[in-house]
Amino acid sequence: MRFAWLLALALAGCGGTQTQTSKARTPVPLEPPVAVEPGALVPTTLDPPPILITNATLLTADPARPRLERGWLRLRDGRIEALGEGDAPAAAEGEQVVDAAGGFVTPGLIDTHSHLGVYPQPGTWAHADGNEMTRPITAGVRAEEAFWPQDPGIQRAVAGGVTTIQALPGSGNLMGGRGVVLKLHPRRSARAMRFPGAKDGLKMACGENPKRVYGKGKGQMPMSRMGSLFLMREQWIAARRYARDWAEWEKNPTKKEDGEDVPVTPPKRDLTLETLAAALAGDVLVHIHCYRADEMLLQLKVAEEFGFRIRSFHHAVEAYKIRDVLAAKDVAVSTWADWWGFKVEAYDGIEQNLALITEQGGRGILHTDSPEGIQRMNQEAAKAFYAGQHAGVKLTELQALRWITAEPAWALGIDDQTGTLEVGKMADVVVWDRHPFSIYASARKVFVDGILRHDADAPQPPWSDFEVGQ
Amino acid sequence: MSALVTTWAAVVALVGATVHPGDGPALEGATVVIDGERVTAVGVGLTPPAGATVIDVQGKVITPGLIDAWTGLGAAEIWGVPESVDLDAGGDDPVRAAFRVVDALNPRSPTLAIQRAHGVTAVVSAPGGGLIAGQAAAIDLNGRVLRPSVAMAARFGGGEHASRGEALLRLRELLDDTRTYAAKKRDFEGARLRRLAASRLDLEALLPVVRGELPLAVDVHRAADIEALLRFASEQQVKLIVVGGTEAWLVADALAAAKVPVVLDPSANLPGDFDRIHARADAAAKLAAAGVPIALSTFSTHNVRKLRQWAGNAVRAGLPHADALRAVTTTPATLAGLTDRGRVAPGQVADLVVWSGDPFELSTRAEQVWISGAQAPEGHRQRALFERYRTVPPPY
Repeated sequence: MRFAWLLALALAGCGGTQTQTSKARTPVPLEPPVAVEPGALVPTTLDPPPILITNATLLTADPARPRLERGWLRLRDGRIEALGEGDAPAAAEGEQVVDAAGGFVTPGLIDTHSHLGVYPQPGTWAHADGNEMTRPITAGVRAEEAFWPQDPGIQRAVAGGVTTIQALPGSGNLMGGRGVVLKLHPRRSARAMRFPGAKDGLKMACGENPKRVYGKGKGQMPMSRMGSLFLMREQWIAARRYARDWAEWEKNPTKKEDGEDVPVTPPKRDLTLETLAAALAGDVLVHIHCYRADEMLLQLKVAEEFGFRIRSFHHAVEAYKIRDVLAAKDVAVSTWADWWGFKVEAYDGIEQNLALITEQGGRGILHTDSPEGIQRMNQEAAKAFYAGQHAGVKLTELQALRWITAEPAWALGIDDQTGTLEVGKMADVVVWDRHPFSIYASARKVFVDGILRHDADAPQPPWSDFEVGQ
Repeated sequence: MSALVTTWAAVVALVGATVHPGDGPALEGATVVIDGERVTAVGVGLTPPAGATVIDVQGKVITPGLIDAWTGLGAAEIWGVPESVDLDAGGDDPVRAAFRVVDALNPRSPTLAIQRAHGVTAVVSAPGGGLIAGQAAAIDLNGRVLRPSVAMAARFGGGEHASRGEALLRLRELLDDTRTYAAKKRDFEGARLRRLAASRLDLEALLPVVRGELPLAVDVHRAADIEALLRFASEQQVKLIVVGGTEAWLVADALAAAKVPVVLDPSANLPGDFDRIHARADAAAKLAAAGVPIALSTFSTHNVRKLRQWAGNAVRAGLPHADALRAVTTTPATLAGLTDRGRVAPGQVADLVVWSGDPFELSTRAEQVWISGAQAPEGHRQRALFERYRTVPPPY
């Protein structure tokens, strides 16, 4: 929808073909439009070499063929060109052969909930930019514009096999701002790390955090969960009106006055409502930080009232209590393996949360919310997998691997591009020295878009300038 | 809940497991005999005593119960509920030496059994806050106090308002005045002494520290600060334990020479602040290789159960497996003065775990957790929630 307004603005701005015969004054947009997905200021080119990975067990995360023994994988131009089982093809001229030495290959891992860059290392006030806690509704701010690409945590995440993250604003606000999906390349700006074509996320939060920050901390609304819901509803009402006003203007950017086409002033741009309108239209994906089962049900109700889709709940330690509802509505759950008890709304966390959601047919995702956890997503998934298995929950290794690959890709709307080892997908690939669910497994080689970004056999200098010369 | 009462089977023999005693080579297919609360025999080819209850644990692995050397377990229910957290004595005075965590413990807290299910049998529960936070206690995970005071907890490093140099000055003054107090107690009581740097209760609590009986366990990370503390400990003749020690690997030789142990988090490889710029994943391996006694810790309250995962990560980063096991059993027991725990050996209290495999491997389960010679119940609050929701409740 938003592209449509921009088009309308552009048409109106240059006189528009439909008005060529009239003497319309040129309507001047009052504020410059911002593209939904700004490109890099300086276009970044990737030139990945052709790679042939051999001698590996492929764990593809693709249900069609989840496990290929004696597998091989061919990477070309940043994409997976071919993969197979049995004797590997002969290396083509100029092709680099990576002998996985009997290890395992998985898709690059994806974290739906990261504060890398927005709460970077070292943790200090000076560059802690993840929460604009000056008012509870800041849907229009962008994590991309808080992101410090020199965060030393980025390279460590890649060393753990992570190739894509969603960097999110924090949960101090009810509508905290836009998250951004990033490819983990060493770059001078977040904009240059943007996952091509990925939609932004809208980070929302219910529960204790906003009411602690505002009610308890500042004596202002929201002081209670009902206050939070009230403020959220107010915003959705305003967003619907805003979307309608723009849609009307798109339809009728001019009006007849004395037989002439006269431009109609477009509605005033509002960055908060613009983001929410995009969320209503599905152009921005809604991710809600929410722990308690009853609060998730409330949010589902609000989404129904206003006609938007919740893509995923985050943290959701009580998701197991409403897993039937979540599965039926196809709302994903991003959660941890075992975090619990740090606040009341996290008190009922159990180790089988992901297992139960998955058994129910829901979409489970292992997220980290942590610069430490993101370095061992494979271990965290394994913990949740075995916790389920040991308790008798029906679960496969494929499903557990999908918690850190295909399902997060779905939640971020990039599952047609990455998240499984399939021909044509981005060459986001991890070579592990052993099965990734072993505590002793390490990522030997990590390819992002076909480029070797972590090589345990040839350590790179630090990506972060901060770590140079210390 | 009623775990404070222990009943023993007469004699138990665990037969057939690979036994890692904690401080020596593994014994394949060994038998562990437990009589009352203690292990009475460990060996290969032992015949269980007549009348013993024999438990077949062939193919399993037995280790000492895991011990986390630095947690807040038992004195913190929910972080977001301040009235349920009792780890910080609070107040304006940065010296809280007389404060003892043991006086704030809740042995019935459901947090304990949740950790126990992953093979943790004992922890040190330590206070935080201030310059001297108070005294740490050792408890078993049935909630029993093992030692009410195992270390005096302190902190040294970067602060928001004051120079770390001031902290060292205060520590020195405090220990000097403790000695003055010890020598002139009568003058102190008669108010014939200049004002000392701490209250009577705090000075009294610091006496075992200056006598070298109670270790001073300092939360410190920067290498330069650790060096300063080594000089301080030698000058003051106090027993030092480095807690945290993110940059300790840089001064490993000095620590080894001074026989100062380090309690560290093997996952801490991020330059989290300006005291930890040189954090690295293989710090534990480097310290152990230099001969520094190390204990691995989660520094957690609610997820002390991650201790075995943390040990596995230390191994992944280069620490030999046997060293990692020692760092979560024998060494933390020693640091906490638990001389009859931390090993599977005759005479030791039978705190041990029967694992389905390698204790650090994620697929492994703690199948039996023994504390003081009795098998601890498997259940806990999270398990109960799981059972309650094993089937989806009716629509509501």
